[in-house]
Amino acid sequence: MSYVPSTGDQRKEMLAAVGAADYADLYKDVPAEALLNRPLDLPEGMSELEVGKAMSAMAAKNVLFPTVLRGAGAYDHYIPAVVKSIPNKEEFLTAYTPYQAEMSQGVLQSIFEYQTMICEITGMDVSNASVYDGASAAAEAAAMCRDRKRRVTLISASSHPDTINTVRTYCYGTGDELRVVPVKDGRTDLEALKEMLGADIASFYVQQPNFYGQLEEVEEIAGLVHEAGAMFVMGANPISLGILKSPRECGADVAVGEGQPLGMPIGYGGPYLGFMATTAKNMRKLPGRIVGETVDDKGERCYVLSLQAREQHIRREKASSNICSNEALCALTAGVYLATMGPEGLKEAASQCMAKAHYLAKELTKIEGVDLVFTGEYFHEFVTTLPKQDEVLKALEDAGILGGFPVKEGVLWCATEKVSKCELDRAVSVVKEVLAK
Amino acid sequence: MKLIFEKSVAGRHSDILPKCDVEPVELSARFARTDAPALPEMAEVDVARHYTELNDRVHGVNCGFYPLGSCTMKYNPRIDEDMAALPGFAGVHPLAPDYATEGCREVLETAKKYLCEVSGMDDMTFQPAAGAHGEFTGVLLIKQYHDARGDKKRTKIIVPDSAHGTNPATAAMCGFEVVNIDSAPDGCVDLEALKNALGEDTAGLMLTNPNTVGIFDPNILEITRLVHEAGGLCYYDGANLNAIMGVVRPGDMGFDCVHMNLHKTFATPHGGGGPGAGAVGCKDFLKEFLPRSVVMDGEGRIQVRSFAGNFLVTVRAVTYLLTLGREGIPEASQNAVLNANYLMRAIQGSFDLAFDRTCMHEFVLDLSEYKKETGVSALDVAKSLIDYGMHPPTMYFPLIVHEALMLEPTETESKETLDEAAAIFRKLYELGKTDPEPMHAAPHHAQIGRPDEVGAARHPVLRWQKPEE
Ligand SMILES: Cc1ncc(COP(=O)(O)O)c(C=O)c1O
Repeated sequence: MSYVPSTGDQRKEMLAAVGAADYADLYKDVPAEALLNRPLDLPEGMSELEVGKAMSAMAAKNVLFPTVLRGAGAYDHYIPAVVKSIPNKEEFLTAYTPYQAEMSQGVLQSIFEYQTMICEITGMDVSNASVYDGASAAAEAAAMCRDRKRRVTLISASSHPDTINTVRTYCYGTGDELRVVPVKDGRTDLEALKEMLGADIASFYVQQPNFYGQLEEVEEIAGLVHEAGAMFVMGANPISLGILKSPRECGADVAVGEGQPLGMPIGYGGPYLGFMATTAKNMRKLPGRIVGETVDDKGERCYVLSLQAREQHIRREKASSNICSNEALCALTAGVYLATMGPEGLKEAASQCMAKAHYLAKELTKIEGVDLVFTGEYFHEFVTTLPKQDEVLKALEDAGILGGFPVKEGVLWCATEKVSKCELDRAVSVVKEVLAK
Repeated sequence: MKLIFEKSVAGRHSDILPKCDVEPVELSARFARTDAPALPEMAEVDVARHYTELNDRVHGVNCGFYPLGSCTMKYNPRIDEDMAALPGFAGVHPLAPDYATEGCREVLETAKKYLCEVSGMDDMTFQPAAGAHGEFTGVLLIKQYHDARGDKKRTKIIVPDSAHGTNPATAAMCGFEVVNIDSAPDGCVDLEALKNALGEDTAGLMLTNPNTVGIFDPNILEITRLVHEAGGLCYYDGANLNAIMGVVRPGDMGFDCVHMNLHKTFATPHGGGGPGAGAVGCKDFLKEFLPRSVVMDGEGRIQVRSFAGNFLVTVRAVTYLLTLGREGIPEASQNAVLNANYLMRAIQGSFDLAFDRTCMHEFVLDLSEYKKETGVSALDVAKSLIDYGMHPPTMYFPLIVHEALMLEPTETESKETLDEAAAIFRKLYELGKTDPEPMHAAPHHAQIGRPDEVGAARHPVLRWQKPEE
C-alpha cells in the first residue's frame, strides 16, 4: 500500500515513455556504493483496517483520566464541537501556506481574523500568523528585542521550565547570554530584577500567571524594565485574558504565549500554537508570516502574505528568524474557538477556571498538612504542600483523577472550567481518605 | 466577503458552558481587565457558516493537482486523521505519569525505528515542530559537538546558493557565519568551490540532496568526504527525502544528522501552513546532544520548544509508515520519481527544462528564454494555471534558475492527472506565443484578481479595526 493510484500497466507505460527500463534506471545518478541494495528492515505494510487496529491498540495502552487537575503548560479545557469540526474540513486541512493569494483567500482571511483576535485579547497592534508554541515564541521575542548594544536577555525563574530552557537554547545558538532572575515567594524577586537590569539588557520575560499560577506584579515590572531602557516581553495565558488586564495595559512591548488552551487538545504536547504580538513600533521586527489587507486589480478588498522582506526566503542569513511552516491550522482553531466563545464566553471560561481553582484550594487546604505554599493572588493554578505525595497522587489516579504536578516546592494543581464541583469534591475526598490513614 | 467581525451582532452568543457551580472569586482591581476584547459575537450557526464560506475559498490537495515543488503535496490519508483524533492520544497530558503514557512512547519509538531505518541514522528527536525548526536543532547538534571538543575555531557553515532560505537563516540563528558557495551549472555542488571554502574554520555543510533543482548530486560521497576531512560535519535537509526512501539513505551518503519533514514526505496534512513536524535524526556520536524537555525528562540538554513536539503529527506519520511498510515506502519514492520524469517529458517540447536529464521527484522549468520571446513570465504562467483549477508550481525558487517554475507532482497523482496537467502547460505555452495579453492579467476566474502586494507592504493593514462610533 502506498496510495499510488497508477495501475501496474500504467506504470510500465510511463517508464517506457521516459525511456527507463525499470525504476533503477531512474536512479543512475546515485553512486552504486551508496545504494541501499536491500529491502528496508521493517515490517510489511498493512491494510487500513489493520493499521486502524494497530494504532488503536497503542492508544489503548495510555491511561486516560476523566478528571484532569494538572496543567503546568498543557491545559485541559472544554473544546466546543464546532471547534473540532471546522479545522477538520478537507480544504483547510490539506492546503499549504497561502503563497498564491488568488486561490487561498479562505486561509488568508482566517489568519487575518486570527491576527485581529490576538491583537484584541493582548491589546497589541500587530500579531503574526503564529509560531511553533509558547516556549519558542518567548525565544523568538527575546531575539527580536536584542540589538547591537543590548545583548543580554533576562527571564524570570517563575517561568515554565521548558520556556526557560528553550530561550536558553536559542541564546546559546546566537551566542548571547541569558540570566535568570530569582523568585521570592513564588513570584519574580523585584529587588533582584532591579539590580540585574542595566545598559546591556535587551529584554525581560515574565509569564502571567507564572508557572506556579501566581499573578506577577506586571505593571511594576514593566515600569522597572522600561526605566532601564529594556523591552518587556510578557507571556500570557490566552484564556486568562478574558479577565486579566491585557499585556498592552500592563506595559508589555511584546506579548507571547501558548495558544493551546484556545481549542487544542492536550495531545501529549502538540501540536500547540505560539502566538506573538507587538506594538506598531516593532512591527517590522516581528518574525514569521504576517497577513495584510490590500486590494486586487479590480479594487476589491483581499488578503496577502505581507512584509515578506523580513523573512528567510528573501533575507536568507539576515532574516529575523528561520521560521517557514508555522501552526496555521492551530491558529485557525484558536480563531474558531474565540469566535464561538465570544467576549462573554471567554470571560466566563476564565472566571470559572479561577473560581474552580479557588474552590479546590479552599477545600484541599482544609485537610491537615495541605497548605498553600505561596501567598500571592493566583488564577487557575496553585502550589500546596502534600504529605504522602506519591501515595495521594496514585490514589487519585486510581479514581480516574490526574492530580497536581509534583514540583520542587510541592504539588502544582490546576482546575479549569471543565471540572464540576462534584469532581472537585471527589478529588478532595480521595486526598482526605489517604491522609486520614 | 465580509470579515467575521462584520458579521458580529451585539448580544449574540452560543451557550457552551454550564452555570458556574462554585462561588465566584473577585480579582484585585490592579489585575482585572476592564475593557472586553472586541471578539465576534455570534451564534454557532454564524460561526459554522462563516468558516464554511472561507473553506470554500481554499485550494487543498483534495481539490486538485498541487504540484508545489519542494513541498511534497501528496494525498493525506483520512485514516491518519482518525488515528490522531483518538481520545487515547489526543487526551493524554504530556506530564501524566509514565505508566499512563506507554502508548504515546510506543508511537515515538515506532516512528524512531522506521525513520532511522529510512534515513540511516541511529537516534532521533521529535521535538522540532517543522523543517526549519529541525534545521535549527540539527545545526545545534553540530555546534555542541565542536564546543564539547573545545574546537572553538569552527565558526562557518557552508551553504550552496541553491539552498532553501531556511538553511542560511538557520546557520545564522546558530551563531555561524554563512559561506555561500556557487553551485555548478547543473545545480550540483561545485567541488572546486567547496574545496576552496573548506578549512579549519568549517563547522559543517548544509545540503539538500536530491538538490533543490531535483537532481541527485552524483558526487555526494566525495562531498561528504571532503567536509569530514576538513573536520566539519554534514547536515542533510530532508525536504526532498520523498525521492529516495528505501533506495539510498542520507546516513549512507555520509551525513551526520538530518531533518525530515513529516508534513511532506510522511503525508501529514499541511494545514494551510502548519503544523508540521521536523524529526531530527543523528549518528550515534551526536545523540548525547539531542534536545529534551526539562519538565518531562530533566535538565541538561538543549530544547527547542515545550514537551515532546507535535506529537499528534507524529501519530499521523506513524499511521502512514505502518500502512506503507517495507515495500510501500520505496514504492512511494519510486513512483514520485517516475511521476516527475513522466510529467517533465510530457511538458518537454514546450517550456524549456532547466536541466534536460533524468530528474528525481521534482524538476524545474526555465522560462527566461520564453519570457524574452513572448514577454510572458513564470509568474504569468503560474497565475494562468489557477484558471484551470491547478495550484501553481513553486515560483522563482531556487534562485539559481531565473524565471523558475518547480514542479513536484508526488506519487499520489495518477497518469490521467499528469496528462491533463501537461496538456494545460502546452496550451499555455502556445497561448503565450499567440495571445499573451490575457496571461499578464491572469487569473480571470479566480476568487480575486492579482492583489496589490506592494501596496500591502507600503501601507500595512494587518488587523481589522472596529469602526469609530
Ligand atoms: C528545501 C527546504 N528546506 C527546508 C524547508 C523548511 O521546512 P518547513 O517549512 O517545514 O520549516 C523547506 C520548506 O519548504 C524546503 O523546501
